[in-house]
Amino acid sequence: MNNVVKIIGKTRESHDTFTFDFKSDIPAKPGQFVMVWIPGVDEIPMSLSKTGEVKSITVKGIGEATNALHTMNAGDYMRIRGPYGNGFDLNGKKKILAVAGGVGAAALLPAIAETGCDTVIGARTEKEIILDKQAKDYSNNVWISTDDGTRGYHGNAVELAKEKIISEKYDLVIGCGPEIMLFFLHKACKELKVDCQLSLERHMKCGTGVCGCCVIDAERVCKDGPVFTSEQLDGLSDFGNRKRDECGCIINLR
Amino acid sequence: MGKLKVAVGKLNFEFPGIVASGIMDETGDSMVRMFKSGAGAVVTKSIGSKPRPGHSNPTFTEVECGYVNAMGLPNPGIDMFEKEIKTASSEGPVIGSIFGGDEKEFAYLASRMEEFGAVAVELNLSCPHAAGYGAEIGSDPEMIVSVVSEVKSSVDIPVWAKLTPNTSSIQALGRAAEKGGADAVVAINTLKAMVICPELRKPVLSNKFGGLSGPGIKPVGVRAVYDLYSSLNIPVIGVGGITCWRDAAEYIMAGASAYQMGSAIGITGPEVFNEINEGLVSFMKEHGYETVKEMVGVAHE
Repeated sequence: MNNVVKIIGKTRESHDTFTFDFKSDIPAKPGQFVMVWIPGVDEIPMSLSKTGEVKSITVKGIGEATNALHTMNAGDYMRIRGPYGNGFDLNGKKKILAVAGGVGAAALLPAIAETGCDTVIGARTEKEIILDKQAKDYSNNVWISTDDGTRGYHGNAVELAKEKIISEKYDLVIGCGPEIMLFFLHKACKELKVDCQLSLERHMKCGTGVCGCCVIDAERVCKDGPVFTSEQLDGLSDFGNRKRDECGCIINLR
Repeated sequence: MGKLKVAVGKLNFEFPGIVASGIMDETGDSMVRMFKSGAGAVVTKSIGSKPRPGHSNPTFTEVECGYVNAMGLPNPGIDMFEKEIKTASSEGPVIGSIFGGDEKEFAYLASRMEEFGAVAVELNLSCPHAAGYGAEIGSDPEMIVSVVSEVKSSVDIPVWAKLTPNTSSIQALGRAAEKGGADAVVAINTLKAMVICPELRKPVLSNKFGGLSGPGIKPVGVRAVYDLYSSLNIPVIGVGGITCWRDAAEYIMAGASAYQMGSAIGITGPEVFNEINEGLVSFMKEHGYETVKEMVGVAHE
């Protein structure tokens, strides 16, 4: 529901990414998100990067709204709605691998914190890798990949994840990142016969399952998702292929 | 479930619950999902002549008794919508909601909807938050007569007029729709509303004001339907705050031939249509109603 929170901490994660901490006693699960109001600019969905009593959002400056959020500081008020969405279902899974692409690491950090699972964090280049230090606080194995080889494994996160799935034998792969990466991660998990739960993104307005503007096929990403299982993803023809803009017009992803 | 069949004028629906415009009805696939959830028909998102992004976010917020939204009529435009209607129509009756700036635009959009396979058109004469459209046209009875009659002369499918409650007399608007030749009226659209965030000292919605929907407006809608039923000869479709079978029964007894739901899809989920269908069937059994029609307007007796 509606909640006005005070920012209690601002941490730089990289050249273009900050984490904002705030207190909220509303319960939240790993993989859930909040709608964050930037007065006069926009309201955008942001994954929670901490889900305890102290919660946080981790914001990469990629546009007007996120750059405006970056100007906020400790002591400022922020109006959020949520938490929304289903989150990850981590019950009963013994061995989990988290696979993050870029700022997707933010959505996975609470699950890593809760389970201590092995983690792959990939990005185009070294300076885009975020939250690896925080992941190491909870996980024994945090592997890094960069497309250009400037740090860790030289290649993309899916390629590295495939190697780890083969050698480590996981029960479940959880993932968040660019949709094309997730499309190939889903494909890899199917080939290697491991379950996955992937967190998707669409243009959102209400955040709570009313307006229907974020549908992927007939599934509302804000309410039925944002986390979808391997089986659900099999039935979603839009996944990896199409999204809709704020008018509802189709945009091809590739 | 055969007990739940209803007719609105010459249209027949398997179930009395219809998806209200603007909720889970922007894409063919989401409309199909609503049919599978027990909706008797789906009214599409309001469609205009061109793609339109609507207002910037925030366009929506929760309040104690429902939701306040100012989406601002986002839609992909009539040309892009053909595909969505075709997908949805294969599974059930689709009513095309349209908004225009004048009579000609309404008439053009209605004829396109008819061409795509819509079983009726619903004229958005009541959106409270889009400059130059909706309630700005639909608050003037003469304008309603003029828009409805122009649309009537350009299509053969039934024409429904969705009315605004933000007026001193919704009966006057209803009579205007009837005079223009409307086949049914739909009441009510949202109530004009505003939410301010005290800490940030600003209205929350980017449009500043919006429309209140959900449980809080139900008694207002029931009253509107009751009054319209008394003063009109055409069918009334009730909408506003229905979330359970009792709410649906209230609207029907006030005079609604069918009802629409929107916010309940967010509050309960798409399955709310099936739940209410089941609830109505048990109520009808217990109280000796064979058809929904027998219940329509009984509160007036």
